[in-house]
Amino acid sequence: MKKLRLIPLLLMLLMLLAGCSSKSLAEQSVLKNSRETKTITWGVKADTKLFGLEDVRDGKQKGFDVDMAKLITKKMLGKNSEAKFVTVTSQSRIPLLKNGNIDAIIATMSATPERAKIVEFSNSYFDAGQSLLVPNDSTINSTDDLAGKTVLGVVGSNSVINIKKAAPKAKVLQLQDYAQAMTALKSGQGDALTTDNGILYGMAVENPGFKVVGGTFTKEPYSIAANKGQSGFTKEANKAIKEIEKSGEYNKLIKKWFGDVPGFNYKELYR
Amino acid sequence: MINIITSHWSELLTGFGWTIFSSVLALLFSLVIGSIFAILEVLPNKIARTIGKIYVEVFRNIPLLVITMFFYIAIPMYIVKINGFVAGTIGLTIYTSAFIAETVRSGIQSIDKGQMEGARSTGMTYWQSMRYIILPQAFKIVIPPLGNQFVNLVKNSSVLAFVAGFDLMYQGNAIASTTFDTINSYLVVGLLYLIITLPLSYYMQYLEKRLV
Repeated sequence: MKKLRLIPLLLMLLMLLAGCSSKSLAEQSVLKNSRETKTITWGVKADTKLFGLEDVRDGKQKGFDVDMAKLITKKMLGKNSEAKFVTVTSQSRIPLLKNGNIDAIIATMSATPERAKIVEFSNSYFDAGQSLLVPNDSTINSTDDLAGKTVLGVVGSNSVINIKKAAPKAKVLQLQDYAQAMTALKSGQGDALTTDNGILYGMAVENPGFKVVGGTFTKEPYSIAANKGQSGFTKEANKAIKEIEKSGEYNKLIKKWFGDVPGFNYKELYR
Repeated sequence: MINIITSHWSELLTGFGWTIFSSVLALLFSLVIGSIFAILEVLPNKIARTIGKIYVEVFRNIPLLVITMFFYIAIPMYIVKINGFVAGTIGLTIYTSAFIAETVRSGIQSIDKGQMEGARSTGMTYWQSMRYIILPQAFKIVIPPLGNQFVNLVKNSSVLAFVAGFDLMYQGNAIASTTFDTINSYLVVGLLYLIITLPLSYYMQYLEKRLV
Protein backbone atom coordinates (compact mmCIF):
# COMPACT_ATOMS: atom_id res chain seq x y z
CA MET A 1 0.00 0.00 0.00
CA LYS A 2 3.00 2.27 0.43
CA LYS A 3 3.16 2.83 -3.30
CA LEU A 4 -0.40 4.10 -3.44
CA ARG A 5 0.76 7.20 -1.62
CA LEU A 6 2.76 8.11 -4.71
CA ILE A 7 -0.35 8.80 -6.77
CA PRO A 8 -1.44 12.06 -5.11
CA LEU A 9 2.16 13.20 -5.30
CA LEU A 10 2.22 12.50 -9.01
CA LEU A 11 -1.01 14.37 -9.52
CA MET A 12 0.36 17.35 -7.67
CA LEU A 13 3.41 17.34 -9.91
CA LEU A 14 1.17 17.35 -12.98
CA MET A 15 -0.87 20.27 -11.67
CA LEU A 16 2.35 22.15 -11.01
CA LEU A 17 3.45 21.56 -14.60
CA ALA A 18 0.12 22.75 -15.84
CA GLY A 19 0.42 25.92 -13.78
CA CYS A 20 3.80 27.11 -14.89
CA SER A 21 3.42 27.64 -18.61
CA SER A 22 3.71 31.23 -19.78
CA LYS A 23 6.09 34.02 -18.61
CA SER A 24 9.15 33.02 -20.55
CA LEU A 25 11.33 33.91 -23.54
CA ALA A 26 8.19 34.47 -25.53
CA GLU A 27 7.28 37.44 -23.34
CA GLN A 28 10.26 39.57 -24.34
CA SER A 29 10.06 41.93 -27.30
CA VAL A 30 10.97 39.97 -30.39
CA LEU A 31 11.56 43.10 -32.42
CA LYS A 32 14.06 44.48 -29.91
CA ASN A 33 15.87 41.17 -29.59
CA SER A 34 16.14 40.59 -33.31
CA ARG A 35 17.40 44.15 -33.89
CA GLU A 36 20.15 43.53 -31.33
CA THR A 37 21.17 40.14 -32.71
CA LYS A 38 20.48 41.01 -36.37
CA THR A 39 18.71 37.71 -36.80
CA ILE A 40 15.13 36.52 -37.01
CA THR A 41 14.38 32.86 -36.36
CA TRP A 42 11.57 31.79 -38.66
CA GLY A 43 9.47 28.67 -38.38
CA VAL A 44 9.07 27.21 -41.87
CA LYS A 45 7.67 23.99 -43.31
CA ALA A 46 10.01 21.28 -44.56
CA ASP A 47 7.48 18.94 -46.16
CA THR A 48 5.59 21.31 -48.47
CA LYS A 49 6.76 21.63 -52.03
CA LEU A 50 6.84 25.19 -53.42
CA PHE A 51 6.53 26.75 -49.92
CA GLY A 52 9.03 25.05 -47.67
CA LEU A 53 10.67 21.78 -48.61
CA GLU A 54 13.89 20.41 -47.18
CA ASP A 55 16.45 19.78 -49.87
CA VAL A 56 17.98 16.43 -48.91
CA ARG A 57 21.29 17.35 -50.54
CA ASP A 58 22.15 20.31 -48.30
CA GLY A 59 19.51 19.99 -45.58
CA LYS A 60 18.17 23.51 -46.22
CA GLN A 61 14.52 24.40 -46.50
CA LYS A 62 13.59 25.94 -49.84
CA GLY A 63 10.42 27.51 -51.14
CA PHE A 64 8.30 30.61 -51.47
CA ASP A 65 7.87 31.02 -47.69
CA VAL A 66 11.62 30.72 -47.16
CA ASP A 67 12.47 33.29 -49.83
CA MET A 68 9.82 35.66 -48.49
CA ALA A 69 11.29 35.31 -44.99
CA LYS A 70 14.77 36.13 -46.28
CA LEU A 71 13.52 39.25 -48.09
CA ILE A 72 11.47 40.41 -45.10
CA THR A 73 14.42 39.94 -42.74
CA LYS A 74 16.62 42.07 -45.02
CA LYS A 75 13.96 44.80 -45.22
CA MET A 76 13.38 44.82 -41.46
CA LEU A 77 16.93 44.58 -40.13
CA GLY A 78 19.18 45.82 -42.92
CA LYS A 79 21.65 44.23 -45.32
CA ASN A 80 23.94 42.25 -43.00
CA SER A 81 21.14 40.58 -41.11
CA GLU A 82 20.45 36.88 -41.11
CA ALA A 83 17.32 34.77 -41.36
CA LYS A 84 17.51 31.51 -39.42
CA PHE A 85 15.14 28.68 -40.16
CA VAL A 86 13.59 26.08 -37.89
CA THR A 87 11.44 23.30 -39.30
CA VAL A 88 7.87 23.30 -38.02
CA THR A 89 4.72 21.35 -38.83
CA SER A 90 1.11 22.53 -38.81
CA GLN A 91 0.89 20.98 -35.38
CA SER A 92 4.09 22.22 -33.76
CA ARG A 93 4.28 25.78 -35.08
CA ILE A 94 2.09 27.51 -32.48
CA PRO A 95 3.62 25.70 -29.46
CA LEU A 96 7.12 26.51 -30.77
CA LEU A 97 6.19 30.17 -31.18
CA LYS A 98 4.63 30.26 -27.72
CA ASN A 99 7.67 28.82 -25.97
CA GLY A 100 10.05 31.18 -27.78
CA ASN A 101 11.89 28.67 -29.98
CA ILE A 102 11.00 30.72 -33.03
CA ASP A 103 10.40 34.45 -33.43
CA ALA A 104 7.78 34.20 -36.13
CA ILE A 105 5.93 31.70 -38.28
CA ILE A 106 5.94 31.84 -42.06
CA ALA A 107 4.65 28.37 -42.80
CA THR A 108 1.59 28.29 -45.06
CA MET A 109 -0.46 29.61 -42.15
CA SER A 110 -3.86 31.18 -42.77
CA ALA A 111 -4.96 34.04 -40.55
CA THR A 112 -8.14 32.70 -38.94
CA PRO A 113 -10.13 34.47 -36.21
CA GLU A 114 -9.51 31.58 -33.76
CA ARG A 115 -5.78 31.76 -34.28
CA ALA A 116 -5.83 35.55 -34.10
CA LYS A 117 -6.90 35.20 -30.46
CA ILE A 118 -3.55 33.67 -29.52
CA VAL A 119 -1.07 34.98 -32.09
CA GLU A 120 -0.45 38.32 -33.80
CA PHE A 121 -0.91 38.19 -37.59
CA SER A 122 0.68 40.42 -40.21
CA ASN A 123 -1.06 41.36 -43.46
CA SER A 124 -1.36 38.50 -45.90
CA TYR A 125 1.58 37.61 -48.12
CA PHE A 126 -0.07 34.95 -50.30
CA ASP A 127 -3.63 34.47 -51.57
CA ALA A 128 -4.49 30.89 -50.66
CA GLY A 129 -7.75 28.96 -50.66
CA GLN A 130 -8.70 25.39 -50.01
CA SER A 131 -9.08 22.84 -52.79
CA LEU A 132 -9.13 19.07 -53.44
CA LEU A 133 -6.54 16.69 -54.88
CA VAL A 134 -7.84 13.43 -56.38
CA PRO A 135 -6.53 10.65 -58.63
CA ASN A 136 -7.01 11.35 -62.37
CA ASP A 137 -9.71 8.66 -62.70
CA SER A 138 -11.74 9.90 -59.70
CA THR A 139 -15.42 10.79 -60.00
CA ILE A 140 -15.04 13.61 -57.47
CA ASN A 141 -15.33 17.03 -59.11
CA SER A 142 -16.13 19.28 -56.17
CA THR A 143 -16.94 19.21 -52.47
CA ASP A 144 -20.54 18.21 -53.39
CA ASP A 145 -19.33 14.77 -54.48
CA LEU A 146 -17.70 13.97 -51.14
CA ALA A 147 -20.69 12.43 -49.29
CA GLY A 148 -19.66 9.07 -47.89
CA LYS A 149 -16.09 9.44 -49.15
CA THR A 150 -12.96 9.60 -47.06
CA VAL A 151 -11.04 12.85 -47.17
CA LEU A 152 -7.45 13.09 -45.93
CA GLY A 153 -6.09 16.14 -44.19
CA VAL A 154 -3.24 17.12 -41.92
CA VAL A 155 -3.65 17.32 -38.17
CA GLY A 156 -3.52 20.89 -36.87
CA SER A 157 -4.33 22.47 -40.20
CA ASN A 158 -7.37 24.61 -40.73
CA SER A 159 -8.41 22.55 -43.73
CA VAL A 160 -9.79 19.65 -41.68
CA ILE A 161 -12.17 22.03 -39.91
CA ASN A 162 -13.24 23.66 -43.20
CA ILE A 163 -13.88 20.38 -44.98
CA LYS A 164 -16.16 19.22 -42.18
CA LYS A 165 -18.25 22.34 -42.83
CA ALA A 166 -18.11 22.15 -46.64
CA ALA A 167 -18.85 18.41 -46.80
CA PRO A 168 -20.47 17.32 -43.52
CA LYS A 169 -21.16 13.81 -44.82
CA ALA A 170 -17.54 13.06 -45.66
CA LYS A 171 -15.31 11.06 -43.33
CA VAL A 172 -12.17 12.97 -42.40
CA LEU A 173 -8.86 11.33 -41.49
CA GLN A 174 -6.10 13.48 -40.02
CA LEU A 175 -2.54 12.45 -40.80
CA GLN A 176 0.74 13.74 -39.44
CA ASP A 177 2.09 15.68 -42.41
CA TYR A 178 1.53 16.27 -46.13
CA ALA A 179 4.02 13.61 -47.22
CA GLN A 180 2.16 11.02 -45.17
CA ALA A 181 -1.25 12.23 -46.35
CA MET A 182 -0.09 11.97 -49.97
CA THR A 183 1.23 8.43 -49.40
CA ALA A 184 -2.06 7.50 -47.78
CA LEU A 185 -3.97 8.88 -50.78
CA LYS A 186 -1.75 6.84 -53.12
CA SER A 187 -2.32 3.65 -51.15
CA GLY A 188 -6.08 4.14 -51.23
CA GLN A 189 -6.64 5.07 -47.59
CA GLY A 190 -8.74 8.01 -48.77
CA ASP A 191 -10.56 9.29 -51.87
CA ALA A 192 -9.33 12.86 -51.81
CA LEU A 193 -6.75 15.04 -50.09
CA THR A 194 -7.69 18.51 -49.00
CA THR A 195 -5.60 21.52 -48.14
CA ASP A 196 -4.61 24.87 -49.63
CA ASN A 197 -4.39 25.15 -53.42
CA GLY A 198 -0.72 26.16 -53.48
CA ILE A 199 0.30 23.05 -51.58
CA LEU A 200 -1.89 20.80 -53.72
CA TYR A 201 -0.37 22.21 -56.93
CA GLY A 202 3.02 21.30 -55.54
CA MET A 203 1.82 17.76 -54.92
CA ALA A 204 0.30 17.48 -58.40
CA VAL A 205 3.66 18.52 -59.88
CA GLU A 206 5.47 15.81 -57.94
CA ASN A 207 2.89 13.08 -58.47
CA PRO A 208 1.65 12.61 -62.02
CA GLY A 209 -1.68 10.81 -61.97
CA PHE A 210 -3.25 13.23 -59.51
CA LYS A 211 -5.15 16.44 -60.27
CA VAL A 212 -6.56 19.43 -58.41
CA VAL A 213 -10.34 19.77 -58.81
CA GLY A 214 -13.20 22.05 -57.81
CA GLY A 215 -11.39 25.39 -57.62
CA THR A 216 -11.02 26.98 -54.21
CA PHE A 217 -13.96 26.77 -51.84
CA THR A 218 -12.50 29.01 -49.14
CA LYS A 219 -10.46 32.21 -49.01
CA GLU A 220 -7.63 31.87 -46.51
CA PRO A 221 -4.69 34.09 -47.32
CA TYR A 222 -1.41 33.23 -45.64
CA SER A 223 0.04 35.59 -43.05
CA ILE A 224 3.08 35.82 -40.87
CA ALA A 225 2.40 35.09 -37.21
CA ALA A 226 4.25 36.40 -34.16
CA ASN A 227 3.38 35.75 -30.55
CA LYS A 228 0.47 37.63 -28.99
CA GLY A 229 1.56 41.10 -27.88
CA GLN A 230 4.34 41.34 -30.49
CA SER A 231 2.47 43.86 -32.64
CA GLY A 232 5.68 45.88 -33.02
CA PHE A 233 7.10 42.99 -34.98
CA THR A 234 4.08 42.46 -37.23
CA LYS A 235 3.85 46.19 -38.00
CA GLU A 236 7.44 46.16 -39.24
CA ALA A 237 6.72 42.97 -41.19
CA ASN A 238 3.73 44.67 -42.86
CA LYS A 239 5.96 47.53 -43.96
CA ALA A 240 8.47 45.05 -45.35
CA ILE A 241 5.78 43.13 -47.26
CA LYS A 242 4.52 46.35 -48.81
CA GLU A 243 8.02 47.32 -49.92
CA ILE A 244 8.58 43.91 -51.46
CA GLU A 245 5.32 44.14 -53.36
CA LYS A 246 6.09 47.65 -54.63
CA SER A 247 9.60 46.85 -55.80
CA GLY A 248 8.42 43.95 -57.97
CA GLU A 249 10.41 41.41 -55.95
CA TYR A 250 7.14 39.79 -54.92
CA ASN A 251 6.07 39.04 -58.49
CA LYS A 252 9.53 37.71 -59.26
CA LEU A 253 9.21 35.25 -56.41
CA ILE A 254 5.73 34.20 -57.54
CA LYS A 255 7.09 33.51 -61.01
CA LYS A 256 10.10 31.64 -59.63
CA TRP A 257 8.00 29.22 -57.59
CA PHE A 258 4.65 29.00 -59.37
CA GLY A 259 5.67 29.69 -62.98
CA ASP A 260 6.03 26.01 -63.87
CA VAL A 261 2.89 24.57 -62.32
CA PRO A 262 0.84 22.98 -65.10
CA GLY A 263 -2.76 24.15 -65.37
CA PHE A 264 -2.20 27.05 -63.02
CA ASN A 265 -2.10 30.68 -64.06
CA TYR A 266 0.52 32.13 -61.73
CA LYS A 267 -0.28 35.67 -62.82
CA GLU A 268 -3.48 35.45 -60.77
CA LEU A 269 -1.22 35.69 -57.75
CA TYR A 270 0.54 38.87 -58.85
CA ARG A 271 0.24 41.89 -56.59
CA MET B 1 -7.18 21.22 -17.92
CA ILE B 2 -10.76 20.93 -16.67
CA ASN B 3 -12.17 22.84 -19.65
CA ILE B 4 -10.37 20.51 -22.07
CA ILE B 5 -12.15 17.60 -20.38
CA THR B 6 -15.55 19.26 -20.25
CA SER B 7 -15.55 20.56 -23.82
CA HIS B 8 -13.92 17.55 -25.47
CA TRP B 9 -15.09 14.64 -23.36
CA SER B 10 -16.76 12.85 -26.27
CA GLU B 11 -13.58 12.82 -28.39
CA LEU B 12 -11.52 11.81 -25.37
CA LEU B 13 -13.94 9.00 -24.55
CA THR B 14 -13.87 7.75 -28.15
CA GLY B 15 -10.09 7.79 -28.10
CA PHE B 16 -10.02 6.06 -24.73
CA GLY B 17 -12.29 3.33 -26.10
CA TRP B 18 -10.25 2.74 -29.25
CA THR B 19 -7.02 2.66 -27.24
CA ILE B 20 -8.42 0.02 -24.89
CA PHE B 21 -9.93 -1.97 -27.76
CA SER B 22 -6.68 -1.97 -29.71
CA SER B 23 -4.66 -2.83 -26.60
CA VAL B 24 -6.90 -5.75 -25.63
CA LEU B 25 -6.88 -7.20 -29.15
CA ALA B 26 -3.12 -6.81 -29.45
CA LEU B 27 -2.61 -8.25 -25.96
CA LEU B 28 -4.61 -11.42 -26.66
CA PHE B 29 -3.14 -12.06 -30.11
CA SER B 30 0.43 -11.21 -29.14
CA LEU B 31 0.22 -13.52 -26.10
CA VAL B 32 -0.86 -16.42 -28.31
CA ILE B 33 1.55 -15.68 -31.17
CA GLY B 34 4.39 -14.90 -28.75
CA SER B 35 3.90 -18.16 -26.87
CA ILE B 36 3.87 -20.16 -30.10
CA PHE B 37 7.16 -18.65 -31.22
CA ALA B 38 8.63 -19.10 -27.72
CA ILE B 39 7.87 -22.83 -27.89
CA LEU B 40 9.29 -22.98 -31.44
CA GLU B 41 12.48 -21.48 -30.08
CA VAL B 42 13.04 -24.24 -27.51
CA LEU B 43 12.00 -27.25 -29.62
CA PRO B 44 14.66 -29.89 -30.32
CA ASN B 45 13.97 -29.46 -34.07
CA LYS B 46 16.57 -27.13 -35.55
CA ILE B 47 14.39 -25.74 -38.36
CA ALA B 48 11.64 -24.77 -35.90
CA ARG B 49 14.21 -23.08 -33.68
CA THR B 50 15.59 -21.08 -36.61
CA ILE B 51 12.12 -19.94 -37.68
CA GLY B 52 11.37 -18.80 -34.13
CA LYS B 53 14.70 -17.01 -33.85
CA ILE B 54 14.31 -15.17 -37.15
CA TYR B 55 10.79 -13.97 -36.30
CA VAL B 56 11.84 -12.68 -32.92
CA GLU B 57 15.05 -11.02 -34.07
CA VAL B 58 13.46 -9.33 -37.09
CA PHE B 59 10.41 -7.85 -35.40
CA ARG B 60 12.11 -7.05 -32.11
CA ASN B 61 14.70 -4.95 -33.92
CA ILE B 62 12.49 -2.89 -36.24
CA PRO B 63 10.87 0.25 -34.79
CA LEU B 64 7.17 -0.18 -34.13
CA LEU B 65 6.37 2.87 -36.24
CA VAL B 66 8.06 1.34 -39.28
CA ILE B 67 6.13 -1.93 -38.94
CA THR B 68 2.88 -0.01 -38.55
CA MET B 69 3.50 2.32 -41.49
CA PHE B 70 4.31 -0.74 -43.59
CA PHE B 71 0.93 -2.26 -42.84
CA TYR B 72 -0.83 1.07 -43.34
CA ILE B 73 0.78 1.99 -46.66
CA ALA B 74 2.10 -1.13 -48.36
CA ILE B 75 -0.57 -3.74 -47.61
CA PRO B 76 -3.54 -1.63 -48.90
CA MET B 77 -1.54 -0.76 -52.02
CA TYR B 78 -0.88 -4.35 -53.07
CA ILE B 79 -3.00 -6.79 -51.09
CA VAL B 80 -6.08 -5.79 -49.13
CA LYS B 81 -7.58 -2.52 -47.92
CA ILE B 82 -7.14 -2.08 -44.19
CA ASN B 83 -7.73 1.07 -42.21
CA GLY B 84 -5.44 2.77 -39.73
CA PHE B 85 -6.90 1.05 -36.71
CA VAL B 86 -6.40 -2.43 -38.15
CA ALA B 87 -2.93 -1.62 -39.47
CA GLY B 88 -1.91 -0.16 -36.12
CA THR B 89 -3.25 -3.10 -34.15
CA ILE B 90 -1.52 -5.61 -36.44
CA GLY B 91 1.73 -3.68 -36.06
CA LEU B 92 1.34 -3.60 -32.28
CA THR B 93 0.57 -7.33 -32.15
CA ILE B 94 3.56 -8.37 -34.22
CA TYR B 95 5.96 -6.06 -32.42
CA THR B 96 4.79 -7.07 -28.94
CA SER B 97 4.63 -10.77 -29.78
CA ALA B 98 8.38 -10.74 -30.52
CA PHE B 99 9.06 -9.39 -27.02
CA ILE B 100 6.60 -11.81 -25.42
CA ALA B 101 8.26 -14.70 -27.26
CA GLU B 102 11.61 -13.72 -25.76
CA THR B 103 10.09 -13.39 -22.29
CA VAL B 104 8.29 -16.72 -22.39
CA ARG B 105 11.33 -18.46 -23.87
CA SER B 106 13.52 -17.27 -21.02
CA GLY B 107 10.85 -18.58 -18.63
CA ILE B 108 10.79 -22.01 -20.24
CA GLN B 109 14.57 -22.23 -20.26
CA SER B 110 14.79 -21.22 -16.62
CA ILE B 111 12.91 -24.38 -15.61
CA ASP B 112 15.37 -26.99 -14.42
CA LYS B 113 16.20 -29.68 -16.98
CA GLY B 114 15.38 -32.30 -14.37
CA GLN B 115 11.69 -31.35 -14.64
CA MET B 116 11.55 -32.38 -18.28
CA GLU B 117 13.63 -35.50 -17.66
CA GLY B 118 11.45 -36.47 -14.70
CA ALA B 119 8.27 -35.96 -16.69
CA ARG B 120 9.57 -37.98 -19.61
CA SER B 121 10.70 -40.81 -17.33
CA THR B 122 7.16 -41.16 -15.97
CA GLY B 123 6.07 -41.98 -19.53
CA MET B 124 4.74 -38.60 -20.67
CA THR B 125 5.41 -37.58 -24.28
CA TYR B 126 7.40 -34.42 -25.05
CA TRP B 127 4.22 -32.42 -25.66
CA GLN B 128 2.51 -33.73 -22.53
CA SER B 129 5.48 -32.77 -20.35
CA MET B 130 5.55 -29.35 -22.02
CA ARG B 131 1.83 -28.82 -21.47
CA TYR B 132 1.48 -30.14 -17.93
CA ILE B 133 4.89 -29.68 -16.32
CA ILE B 134 7.04 -27.04 -18.02
CA LEU B 135 4.64 -24.36 -19.32
CA PRO B 136 2.63 -23.89 -16.08
CA GLN B 137 5.84 -23.31 -14.16
CA ALA B 138 7.31 -21.12 -16.89
CA PHE B 139 4.29 -18.81 -17.08
CA LYS B 140 4.35 -18.31 -13.32
CA ILE B 141 7.95 -17.14 -13.52
CA VAL B 142 7.36 -14.75 -16.44
CA ILE B 143 4.35 -12.94 -14.98
CA PRO B 144 6.32 -9.87 -13.80
CA PRO B 145 8.15 -9.33 -17.11
CA LEU B 146 4.92 -10.06 -19.01
CA GLY B 147 3.22 -7.36 -16.97
CA ASN B 148 5.88 -4.92 -18.13
CA GLN B 149 5.22 -5.93 -21.73
CA PHE B 150 1.49 -5.32 -21.31
CA VAL B 151 2.04 -1.86 -19.86
CA ASN B 152 4.43 -1.11 -22.73
CA LEU B 153 1.82 -2.38 -25.14
CA VAL B 154 -0.80 0.09 -23.89
CA LYS B 155 1.67 2.96 -24.17
CA ASN B 156 2.87 1.81 -27.58
CA SER B 157 -0.70 1.84 -28.84
CA SER B 158 -0.19 5.59 -29.26
CA VAL B 159 1.39 4.60 -32.57
CA LEU B 160 -2.18 4.46 -33.89
CA ALA B 161 -2.18 8.25 -33.94
CA PHE B 162 0.27 8.20 -36.82
CA VAL B 163 -2.01 6.14 -39.02
CA ALA B 164 -5.27 7.91 -38.08
CA GLY B 165 -6.44 5.11 -35.78
CA PHE B 166 -8.72 7.34 -33.66
CA ASP B 167 -6.96 6.43 -30.40
CA LEU B 168 -6.26 8.69 -27.41
CA MET B 169 -3.12 10.19 -28.89
CA TYR B 170 -4.89 10.92 -32.21
CA GLN B 171 -7.69 12.72 -30.37
CA GLY B 172 -5.10 14.49 -28.22
CA ASN B 173 -3.35 15.80 -31.34
CA ALA B 174 -6.66 16.95 -32.79
CA ILE B 175 -7.72 18.66 -29.55
CA ALA B 176 -4.33 20.31 -29.11
CA SER B 177 -4.47 21.70 -32.62
CA THR B 178 -8.01 23.05 -32.38
CA THR B 179 -7.76 24.53 -28.88
CA PHE B 180 -4.07 25.52 -29.21
CA ASP B 181 -3.82 24.54 -25.54
CA THR B 182 -1.06 22.05 -26.17
CA ILE B 183 0.24 21.52 -22.65
CA ASN B 184 -3.15 20.83 -21.09
CA SER B 185 -4.34 18.66 -23.97
CA TYR B 186 -1.39 16.33 -23.62
CA LEU B 187 -1.62 16.39 -19.82
CA VAL B 188 -5.19 15.13 -20.07
CA VAL B 189 -4.12 12.45 -22.55
CA GLY B 190 -1.29 11.45 -20.22
CA LEU B 191 -3.69 11.14 -17.30
CA LEU B 192 -6.04 8.96 -19.35
CA TYR B 193 -3.16 6.64 -20.23
CA LEU B 194 -2.34 6.44 -16.51
CA ILE B 195 -5.94 5.40 -15.84
CA ILE B 196 -5.32 2.36 -18.03
CA THR B 197 -1.74 1.50 -17.13
CA LEU B 198 -1.74 2.04 -13.35
CA PRO B 199 -4.51 -0.50 -12.57
CA LEU B 200 -2.86 -2.87 -15.02
CA SER B 201 0.49 -2.72 -13.27
CA TYR B 202 -1.16 -3.01 -9.83
CA TYR B 203 -3.10 -6.03 -11.02
CA MET B 204 0.08 -7.63 -12.32
CA GLN B 205 1.75 -7.00 -8.94
CA TYR B 206 -1.21 -8.58 -7.19
CA LEU B 207 -1.08 -11.63 -9.49
CA GLU B 208 2.63 -11.93 -8.88
CA LYS B 209 2.14 -11.99 -5.09
CA ARG B 210 -0.70 -14.48 -5.27
CA LEU B 211 0.89 -16.94 -7.64
CA VAL B 212 4.55 -17.00 -6.65
